[in-house]
Amino acid sequence: MNNDTTGLDRRSFLKASLISSGGMMLTVSFLSSFKSADKAEALNLPDQWAQLNGYIQIMADNKIKLICPNPEFGQNVMTSLPMIVAEELDVDWKNVTVEMGPHDNIKLGPQFSGGSNSVKMYWKPLREAGAAARQMLREAAAQSWNVPVGEVTTKAGVLSHPNGKTAKYGAMAAKAATLPVPKDLVLKSPKDFTIVRKSKKNVEGQKVVTGKPLFGLDYRTEGMLIAMIQHPPAFGMKLKSFDPAEALKMPGIKDVFSLKLYEDGFEQGGFDTRTFNDLLVVVGKSTWEVMNARKKLVAQWQPAGDVKDVVTGREGKKEVVVPGALESSKAQMEQMIEYAKKPAQELRKDGDPEAAFKNAAQVIERTYTAPFLAHNCMEPMNFFAHVTDEKALLAGPLQAPGWVEPTLSKLLNLPPEKIEIQMTRMGGGFGRRAYNHYLSEAALISRKVKAPVKLMYTREDDMTYGIYRPMYTATYRAALDADKNLIAFHVKGGGVPEHPIHPNRFPAGAIDNYLAEGWQIPSNITIGAFRAPRSNFNAAAEQSFLDEVAEAMGKDPIRFRLDLLKRAKENPVGKNNDYDPDRYAGVLELVRDKSGWGKPGSEKYSRGVAAYFCHASYAAHIVDMVTRDGQPYVERVFSAMDCGIVVNPDAATNMVQGAVVDGIGNAFYGALTHKDGAAQQTNFNNYRLIRHNESPKKIEVHFVQNDKDPTGLGEPPFPPVFGAVANALYKNKGRRFYNQPFQPELEKVI
Amino acid sequence: MATFNLKINGKTRAVDVDPATPMLWVLRDHLDLPGTKYGCGIAQCGACTIHLEGNAVRSCQLPVSAVGKASVTTIEGLSEKADHPVQKAWLDHDVAQCGYCQAGQIMTAAALLKRNPNPTDEEIEAQMSGNICRCGTYVRIKEAVKSAARK
Repeated sequence: MNNDTTGLDRRSFLKASLISSGGMMLTVSFLSSFKSADKAEALNLPDQWAQLNGYIQIMADNKIKLICPNPEFGQNVMTSLPMIVAEELDVDWKNVTVEMGPHDNIKLGPQFSGGSNSVKMYWKPLREAGAAARQMLREAAAQSWNVPVGEVTTKAGVLSHPNGKTAKYGAMAAKAATLPVPKDLVLKSPKDFTIVRKSKKNVEGQKVVTGKPLFGLDYRTEGMLIAMIQHPPAFGMKLKSFDPAEALKMPGIKDVFSLKLYEDGFEQGGFDTRTFNDLLVVVGKSTWEVMNARKKLVAQWQPAGDVKDVVTGREGKKEVVVPGALESSKAQMEQMIEYAKKPAQELRKDGDPEAAFKNAAQVIERTYTAPFLAHNCMEPMNFFAHVTDEKALLAGPLQAPGWVEPTLSKLLNLPPEKIEIQMTRMGGGFGRRAYNHYLSEAALISRKVKAPVKLMYTREDDMTYGIYRPMYTATYRAALDADKNLIAFHVKGGGVPEHPIHPNRFPAGAIDNYLAEGWQIPSNITIGAFRAPRSNFNAAAEQSFLDEVAEAMGKDPIRFRLDLLKRAKENPVGKNNDYDPDRYAGVLELVRDKSGWGKPGSEKYSRGVAAYFCHASYAAHIVDMVTRDGQPYVERVFSAMDCGIVVNPDAATNMVQGAVVDGIGNAFYGALTHKDGAAQQTNFNNYRLIRHNESPKKIEVHFVQNDKDPTGLGEPPFPPVFGAVANALYKNKGRRFYNQPFQPELEKVI
Repeated sequence: MATFNLKINGKTRAVDVDPATPMLWVLRDHLDLPGTKYGCGIAQCGACTIHLEGNAVRSCQLPVSAVGKASVTTIEGLSEKADHPVQKAWLDHDVAQCGYCQAGQIMTAAALLKRNPNPTDEEIEAQMSGNICRCGTYVRIKEAVKSAARK
């Protein structure tokens, strides 16, 4: 790959300015850096994301301060994003300190952690930010030394010229800040990287291990009150009446009141999803006092009936009727079986699948299901708010501050410039914190009590509030001819309240006759993005189905997938196949070779393989299962990833290992069920999360080495884990498991 | 309300609170020691783990009135300069993802190694299984505990 020359287009601007300590601050904005293609996979992204700025501060003493523009929820962007700037700036990583940036979508870009987008969307703009600053420092040195700029080189924060002159960046920073920003930039060739691709420790690691107050729940100010919300006991219920008297008598209690989150007719943005609108609020001096007073609340609840919401999402403004029924998981499952029999929306059709199935020598049909899942971030939802008539200060854990700002502006009747949102480190996100109702609730409570307030959800509040991974099902059918060739493929998927189908994903494009259909059942149980939305179910179902088809065809499951990918590459069927067959095959081949698939040495394990492509990266896993005391456990895992250039390899490995553990845990145990609208799991005593002793002993992660621009890792490794676990379980138990979570069914057969 | 003189991280700290208040909230709300985390409030996740006379306990289930003269150590007091072998091992293995549960994990691990300086893998798993990590850093946690044991 050659050096990448990049032109800043007319809409871009860079602004340099002196900072008081005598250094330089470079503000860079690249409107051109976001192509519309970047939007495709992410969540329902609003259209206004456009500008991106990187902040670089170079102090006179050669200290470099880099601002992380994007919220941190454990994906380690506070380290990886500044590494990208530092690479092009050409500084010594030891001299770099990192700060989380303020919320400022004009200067710092989309500021959205989700959709595995952070590194992908900031890669080019942050490289350009670093390269522009380096170029200005070289220019400053050239002018000071009266030499041509082309002769000035840099190394680790030092400028030098062949005539022997050298200067630290800090010495040239003040002059550099007065120079025009360069028009054309030369970016490094990947072979010259000295920081990117070299593992760097988490810049906040020291603070984490010493218990520094990093998280939203740790945020406090003088005079801050604690607030908690009692929400209705079930989906489909609302507040009828309440008596605050007993709660108000409790020590430390300041106020007890009800509050509407959105007034009737309020136009909700795409991420203003909420479950309950009537808030019963208790505000007091300390957490324990508020918890106790809450137990004294006297409230009557009533059926909410059908509710009309006005939602402005991707498809414009529309009225949505939320049904009022008190729903139960068992009935929903029966309803899904009924719906699956009805005609559905055709999402993609290639060839003549009906005829192919009719003429098939053998048809394999299997149905898969998965339940609602709660995100269960270890830090429950919370937010600090201090709202006055003039302005609002908010601080806490949030994946996309820019998406709530218009909502807050409307709710508080304050212009956006009077609203300050500070991004704290998040104790997990997984998609949950893209939904900002808890921030809006905190703001309204603070305005009502005229004081700084921290709203805190208990674990029970957090788990029973809603915004879950939807409930899904899919029926897969495969048609084989008399020679056991795969001649047709059909997937019909549905869910409560959305279907999971990605019609243009593999194996679409690899099979002549193909049909994808979807259907959905409305519900009042609210849902939201959950680590690799939809993919996290599809990969489970499709990858275990493909395993069964391979077996019926008498083929090795990896060989079978590689053959399909070969077909998709050489003679693709249909249009819009949204995967690269070579990269897909690449991760399968890598994991096959690293795990010794098909070779002697792994006989003691039940092996399962799966691969998937989503969120712009490719993932394949082989899980090795053993039986201990009659219970199957995943003992070790081999993973192969293709996410292009791996910015911070050890941290990337950590994220893949975590996704593997998360996938195994949810495949075996994850489930949230309802009875008459009420969640049946309310805390970790009855919602089972994977623990140390259930985790693999070893997770070996390999990356495909290439120089492609990097893509994300938060989501892509997660979905195929479910499929690999299901396939290993088949080898272990001699029968297939179709319904997640697997553990309850396993316990029946152990 | 009642006044309690608590021995916390080597210092005596006085608090005036409801005697039933769990130590978790005494530390977080009244003593400005927020390193100890709330995760579940029912001793299921381990995020609130502290040391009571060197033993790992769940502070969400420990009323302040039950502490008496026992010495309490929180993550903030585990070492002077982040140099406890367990903290160092956590940094060497770059364990944390979101980091929220890690103070509790570290406190459990430190108590385990004090009692059993050379735990087997099974002993580590058994002792650490009360601490949930939602990000799934278990493999690294175990490696870090083993590294710390060797120091």
